[in-house]
Amino acid sequence: MNIEMIANLSYVLAAVLFIFGLKMLGSPATARRGNALSSIGMLIAVVAGLTAEGIVSYEYIIGGMIVGGLIGAASARLVEMTSMPEMVALFNGSGGAASLLVGWATLYGGDVSTFTAITILLAILIGGMTFTGSLIAYGKLSETINSAAVVFTGQQIVNSLILIGILVSGYMFAVDPAVDSQWLYIMLGLAMVFGIMAVIPIGGADMPVVISLLNSYSGLAACAAGFAINNNILIVAGSLVGAAGIILTNIMCKAMNRSLTNVLFSGFGAVKQGKSIEGEVKPISVEDAYYLFEAASNVCFVPGYGMAVAQAQHVVKELGEILEKNGAEVSYAIHPVAGRMPGHMNVLLAEADVPYEQLVEMDEINPRIENVDICVVIGANDVVNPSAREDEDSPIYGMPIINVDKARTVFVLKRSMASGFSGVDNPLFFGENTRMLFGDAKESISGVIAEFG
Amino acid sequence: MEVVFLTFILVLSIFLGFELISKVPATLHTPLMSGANAISGITLAGAFLAAGMVDSEMGKWLGTAAVAFATINVVGGYMVTDRMLGMFKSKNEGRK
Repeated sequence: MNIEMIANLSYVLAAVLFIFGLKMLGSPATARRGNALSSIGMLIAVVAGLTAEGIVSYEYIIGGMIVGGLIGAASARLVEMTSMPEMVALFNGSGGAASLLVGWATLYGGDVSTFTAITILLAILIGGMTFTGSLIAYGKLSETINSAAVVFTGQQIVNSLILIGILVSGYMFAVDPAVDSQWLYIMLGLAMVFGIMAVIPIGGADMPVVISLLNSYSGLAACAAGFAINNNILIVAGSLVGAAGIILTNIMCKAMNRSLTNVLFSGFGAVKQGKSIEGEVKPISVEDAYYLFEAASNVCFVPGYGMAVAQAQHVVKELGEILEKNGAEVSYAIHPVAGRMPGHMNVLLAEADVPYEQLVEMDEINPRIENVDICVVIGANDVVNPSAREDEDSPIYGMPIINVDKARTVFVLKRSMASGFSGVDNPLFFGENTRMLFGDAKESISGVIAEFG
Repeated sequence: MEVVFLTFILVLSIFLGFELISKVPATLHTPLMSGANAISGITLAGAFLAAGMVDSEMGKWLGTAAVAFATINVVGGYMVTDRMLGMFKSKNEGRK
């Protein structure tokens, strides 16, 4: 009894540390300490968990922790910052799998009540779909499978059938929760299939939403497991994670001016085209770009996923530094859905040593964009497409964008004239003040730097 | 009564979570996610109980797998978050 009391009090302490840790994530200056605080909370919770009554043998626990610890540490060390979204997708998946297994294993702990049976089912359902959904998301992000939306006729019907199957097997299991119940296995299988079905209709550009949503599911799965084993700390921590995921999902949806249902159930494939655009594209040479850069006193870079693909963040930062020495004010404007996950561009630029004061959000740059001499668009397309503001027929109409077309001059770094993920033409390229710098972004910028040299 | 108590905790923590996380700036959304991943590894505390059971072979293996998966989250999540946050530098901190 005494030990149990201490364990429970340690859980309270752990929860407090998690909360302070998240609070300190509110500013880049304190964030790192916040993360350390949160990890101390985790250590306390883990030690308290190890003292729980009923644990008889520790060999299996230690074995599992060594295996998991090695995999976790190795992947955390080796992962490239550009592949962060894939990594987070896999972590979401392993969180889901852990909750599924905890729920399942609870069945072997003795007789379970109907309430416990239902919570076990929830842990298996949410955990299972988080697991397979995350694997598919990983495949799409790493492009080991086609990242386009998969939509087929009768999809809704198939999904409804799966859902009905889940409800039926859930009911049958809850009525008679036995360890070897066939309904349990049916449930397990259906949950995994459901996870796959939920993610395949979502296209590449919508991945930030999916990854946030799966993040939230992994937290909810932990919550369900907490209910199943009657553990407070799992519920507290799980719901904090669940809330984080939901907030991020919401931000992503708003940034694309789409509802969550729209993202989840309709592929972004067949969209009607807005007005066709007429005009002339004005290319610019590296040398001419240099003269304009040299004279500029306010430069703003607008990165997109293309910057990550071209690995251009380091040369971008180098150019930024040169421009600063040249007396220009330099900033980096980041759209909420730039990149493949929330905040991805910020991490890439931070990796390249761009100080975080220079990273500005869309709402911050837009009111003063008229004062920017040169906006440099690198690998971004839809998030700077003025159709979203002007053309009511455009499929992205209403999406908030960075108004780069209102800057004095816009440089667009681009390989060719292909349109963005949404397949929508971009009138920005034909704008009066737009200059196209064709070619590999990294080479183009290196070229400009060489001119400065 | 137990159910009510647990639900009470659930509801309060969700509200707390919304309150806390809506204050995190967009710049830190990626570390927020990986940090949240680490926290969801809390399932570890529940996995111990299952892995430490003696009376059921199957339960023990399920629990062990759960321990492994959750540890990946905890260790990997905190380490990668720390690595990322270490990259965020202020202008005043001596830049290379």
